[in-house]
Amino acid sequence: MIVVRDVSKVYKSGDVQTIALSKVSFEIKRGEFVAIMGPSGSGKSTLMNILGALDTPTSGEYFLDGEKIANLSDDALADIRNRKIGFIFQSFNLLPRTTALKNVMLPMAYAGISRVERERKAKEYLKMVGLEDRMEHTSSQLSGGQQQRVAIARGLAVQPSILLADEPTGNIASVQADEIMEIFQNLNKEGHTIVMITHEPDITACAKRIIHIRDGKIFEDAKNLHVRRIK
Amino acid sequence: MEFTELLLEALSSISLNKMRTALATLGIVIGTASVIALISLGNSSQKSVENQIQSLGSNLLTVQPGFQSSGGVRGAAGGATSLTYEDAQAILDPSAGISGVKNVSAGLMRRVQVIAGGNNTNTEIAGVTPAYADVHNVNTSSGSFISQADLSNMSKVAVLGPTVASDLFGDNANPVGQTIRVNGQILRIIGVTVSKGGSGFQNQDDMIYVPLTTVQKQLFGVDYVSSISVQAESSDVMTNVENGVGYLLLARHKLSDPSKADFSILSQNDILGAANQITGTLTALLSGIAAISLIVGGIGIMNIMLVTVTERTREIGLRKALGAKKKLIITQFLIESVILTASGGVLGVILGILFSYIISHFINLPFTVSFQSVILSLGVSGMIGIIFGLYPARKAANLQPIEALRYE
Repeated sequence: MIVVRDVSKVYKSGDVQTIALSKVSFEIKRGEFVAIMGPSGSGKSTLMNILGALDTPTSGEYFLDGEKIANLSDDALADIRNRKIGFIFQSFNLLPRTTALKNVMLPMAYAGISRVERERKAKEYLKMVGLEDRMEHTSSQLSGGQQQRVAIARGLAVQPSILLADEPTGNIASVQADEIMEIFQNLNKEGHTIVMITHEPDITACAKRIIHIRDGKIFEDAKNLHVRRIK
Repeated sequence: MEFTELLLEALSSISLNKMRTALATLGIVIGTASVIALISLGNSSQKSVENQIQSLGSNLLTVQPGFQSSGGVRGAAGGATSLTYEDAQAILDPSAGISGVKNVSAGLMRRVQVIAGGNNTNTEIAGVTPAYADVHNVNTSSGSFISQADLSNMSKVAVLGPTVASDLFGDNANPVGQTIRVNGQILRIIGVTVSKGGSGFQNQDDMIYVPLTTVQKQLFGVDYVSSISVQAESSDVMTNVENGVGYLLLARHKLSDPSKADFSILSQNDILGAANQITGTLTALLSGIAAISLIVGGIGIMNIMLVTVTERTREIGLRKALGAKKKLIITQFLIESVILTASGGVLGVILGILFSYIISHFINLPFTVSFQSVILSLGVSGMIGIIFGLYPARKAANLQPIEALRYE
């Protein structure tokens, strides 16, 4: 479902060229739980932007559910992000001064789902991440872990092809980080495809497959033989 | 996403920064208020001038003597002594064959010093025929106006305007029966006219009326008149009467070339037109200045919207990442700026109406608010929201989600 073939990304700033990704190729199938790992500056954020249709590659091809993501207009990319990708950001990125419920309803509004249906689904997903009694709280009234769970519910809301998490535990305490990973593992068990970018080894250990990136290239791509189960 | 949802979202984000919103809107409020106030005051003064001109009498034509040339020196218009009381009588005479003439009055106006006891005043003396009262809507509050007998007998009588009466005899006094002195002649007061509340170019309250013959023969020793007023039966026959009077006077003055006429005929519509042109130009000028302040207000709105876009860069990035299309972001920000300018417009209209009510009350003008100016201001302030909101909204919509999400 995700096919990345010879993808390169080159940033130009004046005469200086920075190669962020250099001919990266891999595939991710439906139902996988993949951690993309690498030190800062390795190109993993660039990869995350390309996988998330926030950016397009300089060369190479990226297919998402058989759809080629290249040379598309801003609006076409927005549409793909809306239908196929559930984003979970490091800094949560919830709308400030807006309730958890409304935050989860937002991407569904962009997808043109009716108001009643939006509310019903948002409640369902908030319940799934254990926030049924926090629906009317605004972001500032929630802890980091709770905010990230709202973000996960929001990511699930439009039933995307992949959940794309960028350092999902980067800004929260380790106990809460484990709660997030438990949710990820449960979602994966239900069949959701999860791609997670991180540099923390114990978070990486929760995934079933680990792709190591270094200097814009895939350094190692292997099945995780010792998955850390959170119970 | 439904429009009502966008509207609610815009309202809530506007209400987050009340002070800033209020200050940004103030520019539009002031702009709209001044446009409304100035247009309505302009209309009021136009109406007041119209009323005054109409109060001089309806369907009036005024014949004035032209300039007089002597030895190649051209005198001022109105300086000629060519018009006479006989001209006035000839216009009314059925044998002249001018149809549609209702009444004609002749008058000789001069500025004089009037003395009564220890008081004196400088005012306008009008030597008039009895028809003057009818033609110019002059009524007496006490006593009576100049009669035909007064005219024939060259009676030494006078009718005072209320301003002159109070200047010479004090307020609320009834001077009928008392005497005044003009040019060494003693005139007995037989009436006082009703106040017309006049002001401006011809104040009918500040006048004394004396029989025309008395003024001509007894006071100044002349035999011409300074104006003839012709009242037409209706406004439809004005042109007809104007032509008839013109040809008759040309014939009477033995002139064959109309361009050499020693008189000029001014219809009330000419005066109205000229006055309207002046007030209209003034109103347009002032409204133009007010409109500039509306534009300045619009720039204030644009400034605030640009600040808002910068402040909410992350939010916009997030919305785009979650699938918001450009059009939606533009709509969202346009709604916000239109709410700002439209609410400013509504407030401004209310304030402007209030201002014009207070001002017209203080300077004694009729209070009018034109419906069109209200609709126009509301429309314009809404348009300003769109015009000045478009650039910030487009800026927001064109933000790249990656950059925007990284923005701190």
